[in-house]
Amino acid sequence: MSWRASAARALPHLVIWPPILVSCGYVLVFSAWTVWVSFTPSTLMPDYGWAGWRNYSSMLASRNWHIAYTNLFIYGPCFVVFTMATGLLLAVLIDQRIRGENIYRAVFLYPLAVSFVVTGTVWGWLLNPTIGIQKLVHDLGWTSFRFEWLIDRDMAIYTVVIAGVWQASGFAMALLLAGLRSVDADLLKAAQIDGAGPVRIYLRVVFPTIGPIFVAVLVMLLQFAIKTYDLVVALTAGGPGLASTLPTVVVYDFMFQRSELARGSAAAVMLLGSLAFVLVPYGLYRKWQQRKARAHA
Amino acid sequence: MPSRITLSRLAIHATLIAIAAFFLVPLLVVVLNALRSTEDITRAGVIGLPHELMWGNFQRTWSSFCIAQHCSGIQPYFWNSMRMVIPATIVSTLFGALNGYSLSLWRFRGDTVVFGIMTLGVFLPEQMRLVPWVIVLRDLGLFNTISGLVLIHTVQGLSFTTLFCRNYYISIPQDLMKAARIDGAGYFRIFWRIVLPLSPPILIVTVIWQFTGIWNEYLYGVTFTRGEQQPITAALIALSVRLADAPQYGEQSAAVLLAALPTLLVYLFGGRYFLRGLTAGAVK
Repeated sequence: MSWRASAARALPHLVIWPPILVSCGYVLVFSAWTVWVSFTPSTLMPDYGWAGWRNYSSMLASRNWHIAYTNLFIYGPCFVVFTMATGLLLAVLIDQRIRGENIYRAVFLYPLAVSFVVTGTVWGWLLNPTIGIQKLVHDLGWTSFRFEWLIDRDMAIYTVVIAGVWQASGFAMALLLAGLRSVDADLLKAAQIDGAGPVRIYLRVVFPTIGPIFVAVLVMLLQFAIKTYDLVVALTAGGPGLASTLPTVVVYDFMFQRSELARGSAAAVMLLGSLAFVLVPYGLYRKWQQRKARAHA
Repeated sequence: MPSRITLSRLAIHATLIAIAAFFLVPLLVVVLNALRSTEDITRAGVIGLPHELMWGNFQRTWSSFCIAQHCSGIQPYFWNSMRMVIPATIVSTLFGALNGYSLSLWRFRGDTVVFGIMTLGVFLPEQMRLVPWVIVLRDLGLFNTISGLVLIHTVQGLSFTTLFCRNYYISIPQDLMKAARIDGAGYFRIFWRIVLPLSPPILIVTVIWQFTGIWNEYLYGVTFTRGEQQPITAALIALSVRLADAPQYGEQSAAVLLAALPTLLVYLFGGRYFLRGLTAGAVK
């Protein structure tokens, strides 16, 4: 084989492999690296000694971690439930072949194009009692009205829910609407001929057929809740005090503000664990579904 | 029962309009406040109409407002974001298309495993990658540079762009490839002559997705750059932290609007593709 021919054969491999290796390699290497750092005594700089499970136990015992996970258990379910509910309501209403559908859709989806930093900042103003909604209601004459969640230790985490639902409902709507529109028309016709009303059709025919889409949206929202970071930083900065902190905020705090790289990494690994707790069962569910579909075919 | 039908139609529209109003409030507040004076906003609250239009807010915010000792306005940070988002979007989309092509049409052993690992990259939390990136950027001498952020967003963007392109290319018939290969076409010729001409829809989706994601990203910007090197999202937070005691709502609103404008425009003109990216990115 001539030199030119072998070069021509080798060239594609030089193009195929580097980007594939980079995009695969960094996932594996970076994950392994962070896991490794979490078992070392690193503080400001990485130090590759061995510290065992010490960082994990100290993170698990820390007050920050406890508050962050308590908050995640409030924020996660609230965010997912309200986003799904709003998204489903919007999808069903828009599914009624209404006029101006495109305009409505555009309005409900635009928050997704905007950065969490922007969302957090603006909702921070609206929820700020001295200049926001409370101020407006006071000026309208109802002076005993109280809406001070942003500065209330017990309620601050719910402001993150409000901003999150505002941002993500359009996403749930878009996916659920696509699901509603994909339901077999013959199935609907059959139900109508059987005399089922619209409510009954939705509850008995439509929703069960789009079950897998519900699950997909649910899982996406849940993993999104676990990863929430920018939104809470821009809205409450985790405050007042630590009242609305989340695991992601704690990771950053330990890694870069307290210079505790190892403990921050241990927290990051536990965050990954929480994510796996949601995503692994979902992956298995998808596999099972695919197998079922193949068995039917 | 025509009257009942119109009544239910009316109820549907009323509900939708009420929710749409709730969705539009933040945008309206930012647009209106960007045209109001800070004194007016502090006195009358953020929800209100401008008494006189303060177009000067934009000019001050753009070029002379002070953010952390630098009185050059939001302008340098805006351009930082542009210098970050444009190369990162182009390079990650290009390599994503090549990756997707290699994985879907030029099958090799273990391609599904490789694809599975890349998909993991989509879900891996950013916090798992921070420490390695600190070290990589330091060793490459890219700490506190826009080039460093371009590198990060390009590498991490590959997971998404490959996913998008691979899922699109998989539907190109294998027979087309076989015929081309029998005719003696190689890797590049097939990509250039067959795959690329079929690609514009997915490339638009990918570019929009990458542009929006990278422009809006905050964590990497704030971790790996300082002061005048920061992208606009990080600058916005720095701004509101610095002004926490004496907020300048008028100028801050103008800054928020300028930070949101590029992605809003992309959404306005590419809404259809934006939605398609969302669906593809979420369900697949």
